[in-house]
Amino acid sequence: MTKEMTGAEMVIQAFLDQGVEHIFGYPGGAVLPIYDALFHNNAIEHILVRHEQAAAHAAEGYARSSGKVGVLLVTSGPGATNAVTGLADALMDSIPLVCISGQVATHLIGNDAFQECDTVGITRPCTKHNYLVRDVNDLARVLHEAFYVAQNGRPGPVVVDIPKDVQFATGTYIGRDNIQHKTYRPKLDAEAEKIAAAVDLIASAKKPIFYTGGGVINSGPEASRLLREFARLTGVPVTSTLMGLGAFPAANRQWLGMLGMHGTYEANLAMHDCDVMVCIGARFDDRITGRLDAFSPGSTKIHIDIDPSSINKNVKVDLPIVGDCGRVLGALVDAWKGRGLKIDQGALDAWWGQIDRWRGRNCLAYRYSDTIIKPQYAIQRLYEATKDKDVYITTEVGQHQMWAAQFFHFEEPNRWLTSGGLGTMGYGLPAAIGAQKAHPGSLVVDIAGEASIQMNMQEMSTAVQFDLPVKVFILNNKYMGMVRQWQELLHGGRYSHSYSETLPDFVKLAEAYGGVGIRCDKPGDLDAAIQEMINVRKPVIFDCIVDQQENCFPMIPSGRAHNEMLLSDSAEDLDSAITDEGKMLV
Amino acid sequence: MPQTSEHIERHTLSVLVDNEPGVLARVIGLFSGRGYNIDSLTVSEVSQEGHLSRITIVTAGTPMVIEQIKNQLDRLVPVHRVRDLTAEATSLERELAMVKVRGVGEARVEALRLAEAFRARVIDATRESFVFEITGKSDKIDQFAYLMETVGLVEVARTGVVAISRGPQAM
Ligand SMILES: Cc1ncc(C[n+]2csc(CCOP(=O)(O)OP(=O)(O)O)c2C)c(N)n1
Ligand SMILES: [Mg+2]
Repeated sequence: MTKEMTGAEMVIQAFLDQGVEHIFGYPGGAVLPIYDALFHNNAIEHILVRHEQAAAHAAEGYARSSGKVGVLLVTSGPGATNAVTGLADALMDSIPLVCISGQVATHLIGNDAFQECDTVGITRPCTKHNYLVRDVNDLARVLHEAFYVAQNGRPGPVVVDIPKDVQFATGTYIGRDNIQHKTYRPKLDAEAEKIAAAVDLIASAKKPIFYTGGGVINSGPEASRLLREFARLTGVPVTSTLMGLGAFPAANRQWLGMLGMHGTYEANLAMHDCDVMVCIGARFDDRITGRLDAFSPGSTKIHIDIDPSSINKNVKVDLPIVGDCGRVLGALVDAWKGRGLKIDQGALDAWWGQIDRWRGRNCLAYRYSDTIIKPQYAIQRLYEATKDKDVYITTEVGQHQMWAAQFFHFEEPNRWLTSGGLGTMGYGLPAAIGAQKAHPGSLVVDIAGEASIQMNMQEMSTAVQFDLPVKVFILNNKYMGMVRQWQELLHGGRYSHSYSETLPDFVKLAEAYGGVGIRCDKPGDLDAAIQEMINVRKPVIFDCIVDQQENCFPMIPSGRAHNEMLLSDSAEDLDSAITDEGKMLV
Repeated sequence: MPQTSEHIERHTLSVLVDNEPGVLARVIGLFSGRGYNIDSLTVSEVSQEGHLSRITIVTAGTPMVIEQIKNQLDRLVPVHRVRDLTAEATSLERELAMVKVRGVGEARVEALRLAEAFRARVIDATRESFVFEITGKSDKIDQFAYLMETVGLVEVARTGVVAISRGPQAM
């Protein structure tokens, strides 16, 4: 299809051709022509956020919960710079976004015009790719390319910066079918020899482990299904990064829980002691490996990743396999079945015996109290109350995020939305809004901290306006708990600026926004209060007053190895837990 | 990273890219953002119809870092191809320099003698100066400039390394 239209109309037409139904945005001078084109359109719903950072996180929440590309629309200058945190977040977590930004007219670029900033310059290192479109006749191609680049290969955010005169200019629109990127063709399928070598290694393993990550989720639901099938066929234990939770069902006996800095004892020790490690769509990030030279010293490592630059970046692997997780898992399943391979069952049984002894340490145990709500208990009760529902969980960043990862259990992919790579406080509420928009009938809960939630609190207003009944479940410990925990560990308990002074009254705040506020501070009242929260068809802020002193365990202190993990009963050794070298790490 | 115990290697990379705005900024930003070294960098359009530019980068790092650099470059959307000329086959490397020397009397004679030995050409002369043009491997140019110091070196302008593989194949 080719047709004459204005640049602004092309943006809307390209959205329609790409199947976009919802966009998150905020208007301003440099995008007014696009907003005008939106005015005449009923097929695309625009969700007006209250801050452009939230537009980006909402688009992320939308994308991660639905598998579609998230779209945001912002104005030039401050609109674009406000979106930067969300773009960087999406880059780190490989989330497909297309961000349309307005720019000053082409003849003004470089003149420090009102609300001008070098958007492509600023966003170059925090996007997968970006474009400044100077000619309206390039616009349609660039827009379709942007959607292609955002979702193919390792997904990521793409910015299309459009000067205002280009939005007004008339040119030729071409449909998406006529567009393929000139050069960008990610490799999806692995070489047959590599698949054969991988299944041979797995079949000969005595202490194997699957270490999976966000790549399995990004690859789509079929990848999760194939992971389950391959795990069932082989009997291999499975652990996952924070990003990968839900790809493998938590209720499955082969599930070891999350690994890494706040992962389970059994997952981390199994990583340390395994003889064959199969890393699927994860990237050996520092939260996972701990001290690199002590990371899983005896294992042969297979690494499946769509991005060749993830391979041998931190950890040298023995068998790199570049390809899409789903396709590679499919090939592994076929090869395993086709050749009728069997794992050494005796050795595997012994390995499971060892793992069960580690499990016996019950590493997530905490001391229950019937006078004060323990944060872990609050998550457990939330989980029990919602597990049979159609539920999506987002989080902010801090202790509450880790407790959510440990105590909320996921059976399906795309249900757990958290800022893993960038660790962005303020992610959870806008992400919940995006997820709720994609799944209007579902229960969406942002597990929050009292500090983080204040970073994008204003989005309560968006939730109320668009009738998005998200639930903000605040574990209110009156501290930036994760900061306090580190100060306890590294800085002699000097709690410099980590106490949450002058907190707002969250119940009144919810009401001021037109939502519902609930407060609970007694373990005995918790279940009823959670039930009340679930039953309200409105945005809710739940102020759950929890123990201020609780720390998050297990913990592998920075610079330590997996087998040097701290458990809650060893909390007294905290002072000596971190080496001087470890203090340099974050 | 604990890999620092590995030895540092110098590699010459050829990178074929779409000649579009910002592509050089992307490449340079990758090196500065990730802390890689650039010893030399040259860039010029090589195909007008294809809108292609060729970037030659000389970089240094451990083998693991060099592999990272290649993969990171390859993953930039406008990059067509990355070739490691140091790793792959025998290749040719050349650099061009202009060397300005000032002096009178015996120094002038010595400058011309050195130029002759290095097969440098005189491309500008005044009563008290020369500008020489010299082409060759970088160490040859280093050596030429070093010897000229005693004669009266004023300044040097160098293009940086360009490189190509031997034999009939394109990169
Ligand atoms: C935007 C941003 N600023 C600073 C930090 C550093 N940081 C990490 S966790 C944390 C404290 C979070 O406190 P809260 O939301 O109350 O969560 P808690 O740890 O108490 O559960 C801070 C300041 C961050 N992750 N993101
Ligand atoms: Mg807190």
